[in-house]
Amino acid sequence: MKRRALLSLSASAPLFAAGCAATSAPIASSPSSEAAPPAPALQGTGDLGVVVERAKGALTLVNTSRRDAIGRVEGLGDLSHASVVFSRDERFAYVFGRDGGLTRVDILTQRITHREMQAGNSIGGAISADGSLVVAQNYQPGGIKVFDAGTLELLSDVPAAMADGKRSRVVGLADLPERRFIYSLFDAEAICIADCSKPRQPSITTLQGIGRQPYDALVSPNGRHYIAGLFGEDGLAMVDLWDEQPQARRILAGYGRGQQPLPVYKMPHLRGWAMAGRHAYLPAIGRHEVLVVDTGSWQEVARIPVAGQPVFVMARPDGRQVWVNFSVPDYNRVQVIDTPSQRVIDTLEPGKAVLHMEFTPRGESVWISCRDDNRVQVYDTHTRQLQASLAVDAPSGIFFTARAQRMGF
Amino acid sequence: MQLKDIREYPRHDPNHRKNRIARTAMARNAPLALTLALAAGAACAQAPTPPAPERAAQLVRMVRQDCGSCHGMRLTGGLGPALTREALAGKPPEFLAAVITHGIPGTPMPPWSAMLQGSEALWIAQQLARGFPEEKH
Repeated sequence: MKRRALLSLSASAPLFAAGCAATSAPIASSPSSEAAPPAPALQGTGDLGVVVERAKGALTLVNTSRRDAIGRVEGLGDLSHASVVFSRDERFAYVFGRDGGLTRVDILTQRITHREMQAGNSIGGAISADGSLVVAQNYQPGGIKVFDAGTLELLSDVPAAMADGKRSRVVGLADLPERRFIYSLFDAEAICIADCSKPRQPSITTLQGIGRQPYDALVSPNGRHYIAGLFGEDGLAMVDLWDEQPQARRILAGYGRGQQPLPVYKMPHLRGWAMAGRHAYLPAIGRHEVLVVDTGSWQEVARIPVAGQPVFVMARPDGRQVWVNFSVPDYNRVQVIDTPSQRVIDTLEPGKAVLHMEFTPRGESVWISCRDDNRVQVYDTHTRQLQASLAVDAPSGIFFTARAQRMGF
Repeated sequence: MQLKDIREYPRHDPNHRKNRIARTAMARNAPLALTLALAAGAACAQAPTPPAPERAAQLVRMVRQDCGSCHGMRLTGGLGPALTREALAGKPPEFLAAVITHGIPGTPMPPWSAMLQGSEALWIAQQLARGFPEEKH
């Protein structure tokens, strides 16, 4: 079967010890003249992906056409808040671990090619459009670090320094065109744009006073708008990056209408821009609502009551549906919003402790991680029928290689 | 102790009256917040009944997994500070229990009183202070 063929491919690869920083060695050695081994099955990567096993520090590698696991890679450290970006050839996964580990995994040979402990506490990363630079965003020490995507050589270290000399935690990192990266400073009410066209000497532009406690951010699919959610006040900060002099402006100010906020047991995530037509769908903070904003006027046009504090609000790639998952204690449910009618049309109970969702590249299926059931559930997004159920230890983030072709992912 | 499903608890802590603006103001007045928290903590300390084993296992999982989304599964910190024994040295369990119960105004630390009884918060605080147990698998 294909699985066996893939395993034989990895067996024929050079046997590098996991974690060994081997540089650009040939992966498939040419068969020797005598006793040529069977040719490995060729395998594309467009329907592959990874599921983070947060407790085991491992990745389950998956195939979204077959809806099955195809392998596993261990030894990635503390993955309790891991995120992943992909090389533009969709072969290598860059895994950013909670413990500051940055690991480059070859998903074809199912091996670690490079691994660096780059910080004490990290929250995620991004990759440049040309695929040459990988950037990590760190809480401790607060700042970003720029790496060569091929070797993980550190090219520059940019502290998120504040006026008092302390360093801010960095959130909401996203890639922009021209080897630029944008991020927000949780502790400093600021948004920074790092121009890494000279990656050893990045130049940083800082927008001050953007609002209290930005907790995460997203960039629109065209790279024009950057939106940072604010924990410390009702509203979001938006930057039009196509302006000559980009500035932050407040949008949806006072969406809480002065009402007492509900406890937020888990911070929402904004990566995974939920854009459907001209509307963006955003999680409210401290309210069990999804906010709908018109991306032309940046005015609120609707708010949709949902089953709990939204964590991920994600549009199916065609924009017809928006799927929402929730914070504890409502995280056994997932709701589906129909965007033309802006109504919740379905409530699913995929399992215990839903942490993440990922659409297949064209959106016909969605994969949902259920941490406490040790399962990943795959649903048909049109019929909402369960298509597959995979056993994965404490799954959290699910990342498919098609992210490689999207800005801000 | 009587075990309850978390859904049987009220969805919102009625004591958590401060709106977000007031919460920020509280943060600027940290000594006041600390005094209130300590006073509340003293109230919690009156009935330190240890939870039944099944509930204790639930609480350990909750701390590792759900508190872990901000504090790290290994409690080494994230958006929230580290909760290791070393990091919490010198902080009385009653204080920690009050923080768990009431949250910290002006920060992302929410009040957990809708999901935890006071005695459970104190038990968690005591476990944190001595080095939090691992989940049993």
